[in-house]
Amino acid sequence: MNIPKELKYSKDHEWVKVEGKVAIIGVTDFAQSQLGDVVFVELPDELSTVKVGDSFSVIESVKAVSDIYAPVSGKIVKVNQALTDSPDLINQEPYGEGWIVVIEMSDSSELDDLLDSDAYVQLAAEGGH
Amino acid sequence: MAVKQTPLYETHLRYGGRIVEFGGWSLPVQYTGIKNEHQAVRTKAGLFDVSHMGEVVVNGPDALIFLQRLVTNDVSKLERNQILYTPMCYKHGGTVDDLLVYKKDADHYLLVINAANIDKDWNWMQENAGEFEVKLTNISNETAQIALQGPLSEMILSKLTDAPLSELKYYWFMPEIDVAGKKVLLSRTGYTGEDGFEIYCSPDDVTCLWDTIMEVGRPLGLLPAGLGCRDTLRFEVCFPLYGHELSVDISPIEAGLGMFIKLDKEGFNGQGTLQEQKTNGPKRRIVGFEMVDRGVARAEYPILVEGSYVGVVTTGTYAPSLDKNLGLGIIQAEYAKVGQKIDIEIRGKNVSAQVISKPFYKREGK
Repeated sequence: MNIPKELKYSKDHEWVKVEGKVAIIGVTDFAQSQLGDVVFVELPDELSTVKVGDSFSVIESVKAVSDIYAPVSGKIVKVNQALTDSPDLINQEPYGEGWIVVIEMSDSSELDDLLDSDAYVQLAAEGGH
Repeated sequence: MAVKQTPLYETHLRYGGRIVEFGGWSLPVQYTGIKNEHQAVRTKAGLFDVSHMGEVVVNGPDALIFLQRLVTNDVSKLERNQILYTPMCYKHGGTVDDLLVYKKDADHYLLVINAANIDKDWNWMQENAGEFEVKLTNISNETAQIALQGPLSEMILSKLTDAPLSELKYYWFMPEIDVAGKKVLLSRTGYTGEDGFEIYCSPDDVTCLWDTIMEVGRPLGLLPAGLGCRDTLRFEVCFPLYGHELSVDISPIEAGLGMFIKLDKEGFNGQGTLQEQKTNGPKRRIVGFEMVDRGVARAEYPILVEGSYVGVVTTGTYAPSLDKNLGLGIIQAEYAKVGQKIDIEIRGKNVSAQVISKPFYKREGK
């Protein structure tokens, strides 16, 4: 299970990479392996705003439909359109080409509520609940 | 009710299966991935644990007339060692289950029923057996079953038995042969749309059989295959799944299974309604559809035509062999024509789709 040290994690299995005021968001290796083969990603509109905990995207595997929740509040400034034609990027490179959105954070203190990699390792080891 | 395990439960863990609950059973949804396993069955072979299926033996001088009353297809047409697919209906025409009837002898049949329906079917059969001289025996717990499916199935199995597999035709069985030194009932049947076999054996022998088949098949591309691809495989060839395309509320005529209903045979459960539906045409039909806009239809999503609800999705998923998002649904008969534009309501939004012909996939040369 690949859980990079430098990222932050939500309990809902999203990863967050902070670059100044923006946060790049995707789903973790654990999440993609639990989902199985991803066949469809419903992406949000660019420039829409989200609050922490909002469902902003839906990932569908062959068998399952899963909501993706915003780990931070803010404005969605970029959406990974490549997922429209290649949803399996989420399986192949969950931390790379399989990123989902970039959010311009409105309250960076929300980052304090996220898990570090050690805590997320623990969560995944417990089966993700 | 406690979740049940098949005799292969530990084996699934050993092979890396991801276990889920299905119809009261703990079974693997996948091992390496649904698409991967699906592809293996279409091009090489896959091995499934279907031990959760139910088996009921019907014995006695009235076995045939009892079955003729119970099911819609004509059991009298069966020869010894031949198999019949048939719906089993309530008196009102709704479906109790769909099953296979194996004729072992004139007074001896084996019925193979869906796992989630075992108790219900058993009660229904008992209720209908009253006036007949038959003995019913539920051997579900004493019977394990695995399915070897895919174009290389015969080649793989021939390494483990001397039985003349190439002579075994589709929907025929060998009542007792040796496979890998174990006594099994072997039938040329399956739920994937590919060539293949279903192997019935003792729960004590099934782990050894599974391991041996995997061992000889693995070098040829055989993969263990889970329930996930079992569903996508049967979906592409539009085999109905009870609880989806067939139910107490969906008759086999509505499901498009008219060829398995022999209205000219003597009285059977549901005959009146089914006759009426066949004569006048059913009010609803199961159709196949393809998503035109982006989205995946799922069971129970509403189907609309020009803003009005006309039906509901019964199965919807990504179809790996066709690389398309497809679905089956039950809709008002007037819209059940190829080319009809429909909308699927997905999370509150209408997404365009279109009725297409069934099945979605056909194996080459068939």
